[in-house]
Amino acid sequence: MATKSIGRKPKMSPWDKSQLIWGWIFIAPTMLGLLILNFYPIVDTAIQSFYRTMPFNRGNVFVGFENYINMIADAEVWQSLINTFKYAIIEVPFSIAIALVLAVFLNRKIRFRSGYRTIFFLPMIAAPAAVAMVWRWLYNSQFSLINNAFGLHVDWISDPNIAWISVGIIGVWSILGYNMVLFLSGLQEIPGDYYEAADIDGANGFVQFFHITLPLLSRTIYFVLVTRVIGALQLFDLIYMIMDGTNPALPKTQSIVFLFYKYSFQNNQKGYGAAIVILLLAVTMIITLLQNLFQKKWVNQD
Amino acid sequence: MGYEAKKRLTQAVIHLILIIVSFVMVVPFLWMALTAFKTVGESTSVSPFVIFPSKWITDNFVTVWKNMDFFVLYMNTLLLIFFRVVAACLTATMAGYAFARLKFKGRDLMFSLVLFQMMIPSQIFIIPQYLMISRMGMTNTIFALVFPGLVTAFGTFLLKTAYQGLPNSLEEAARIDGCSIFQTFLRIMMPLTRSSMVALGIFTAVFAYKDMMWPLVVNSSASKMPLSAALATMQGQYTSNYPQLMAAALIACVPMIVIYLIFQKQFIEGIATSGGKL
Repeated sequence: MATKSIGRKPKMSPWDKSQLIWGWIFIAPTMLGLLILNFYPIVDTAIQSFYRTMPFNRGNVFVGFENYINMIADAEVWQSLINTFKYAIIEVPFSIAIALVLAVFLNRKIRFRSGYRTIFFLPMIAAPAAVAMVWRWLYNSQFSLINNAFGLHVDWISDPNIAWISVGIIGVWSILGYNMVLFLSGLQEIPGDYYEAADIDGANGFVQFFHITLPLLSRTIYFVLVTRVIGALQLFDLIYMIMDGTNPALPKTQSIVFLFYKYSFQNNQKGYGAAIVILLLAVTMIITLLQNLFQKKWVNQD
Repeated sequence: MGYEAKKRLTQAVIHLILIIVSFVMVVPFLWMALTAFKTVGESTSVSPFVIFPSKWITDNFVTVWKNMDFFVLYMNTLLLIFFRVVAACLTATMAGYAFARLKFKGRDLMFSLVLFQMMIPSQIFIIPQYLMISRMGMTNTIFALVFPGLVTAFGTFLLKTAYQGLPNSLEEAARIDGCSIFQTFLRIMMPLTRSSMVALGIFTAVFAYKDMMWPLVVNSSASKMPLSAALATMQGQYTSNYPQLMAAALIACVPMIVIYLIFQKQFIEGIATSGGKL
């Protein structure tokens, strides 16, 4: 009531001033850190992709679009992109579908619930290097468990036609429990009376799953799908640990990030590595865009 | 079939499926342990195929512990996790508070930058981050390991959400009592976001523990590696000796798994709230 705006430019109240000062003090460390650690590197990576790294630390030479032109002509890059997508095609749908079923089971009143959950989540806590090592050993064609237990003679990780599936299986195994936990928290938000009403109507478990669970969980499923696809595109650890340089299946399994690592830090061709990682960025952006477009069709809006 | 019998059958089928999946999840860890206690001869015996070691030997553990100096690797991993968690929680809680509860010029623009960072695949940052560390002459240091995790866009986002969930009345009361913004933040608001801070801390710790590429890039010296990178380089040296490899993998995994089993509820919730950034 007492406020009269006299001047054209209202003077900042001491409270607003205090908010301005403290606000900037509080965000300063984070923003400064993001600037140095993330925003400058984005620009720097983009610039590097126009340079060729000379051997023996003789500096960089500007080469214009040469790295990009070479990359477009490079069959290895396209193959690695295909490999990455093939990995995603195994990892994403299977890890989501199995996790969804498990989450629905664990959302019931069932004994040992938290025990099962703890076990399924276990691979998330293990170092990827250790996970890859033990799977590589499990897949060993001569001496190890899988072939000997089932009497098979499969070259799980050295047959180029099979290795991508074997790597995908490790991916599913690794991420299953994580997806399941996300689904479980989504399921817990669905009111129990929906199921009670369906029970009274005599709807069985399958009908309930498709008519109640799936539509009401579509938001969570979509979210998990998006993050899983983007995560799968960044496949590196498994390939690095499982595929030796001499493995005949390497060309058919190496991922785009693996190739980025190889050129940037093993072959010391950072310019080319930078171009590859820009390609990864572009692919990620396109997928994010597509997923945003599809979201409206797919997700049940309340 | 009566209703009760049908219900019991459903339960049995569900348990059967859950047990099979549990078995698949646990087998790799069991095989890791079983192999680690075998001799090389036993581990590569095909006829007969050996599942349980005839004699549980500990030589493999002793050998790899000595050769790889696991004490140092544990310390490096611990320091990496400690500094990353402290830095992430500290910077994120401050920024999260400011973004959620203070009104000031430039806030929305800055927050959109935070969101933008979360959309970018982190591999984009690695070459320049490595060059910075290299120019500072800081390769093969704990600082190099910690460096990319000094601030966190995701953590800022997480804590902003936490602060937004708090009622306005608390702040207003504090303001009337003459608390400064800093005092309100420190004494009243920050303690209320404890559970989100714990979640961020666990997420940061697990992420730091699992990260492999960055340590491989910056720390090539064995005495400055964390567990993940050390395991990766070890594989090249012992490729055929699977009992030793499995012993090393087990030594690297067990501490985290034990901590997880003790605090499993906090772990699962902490990582689940991360919403897929792993």
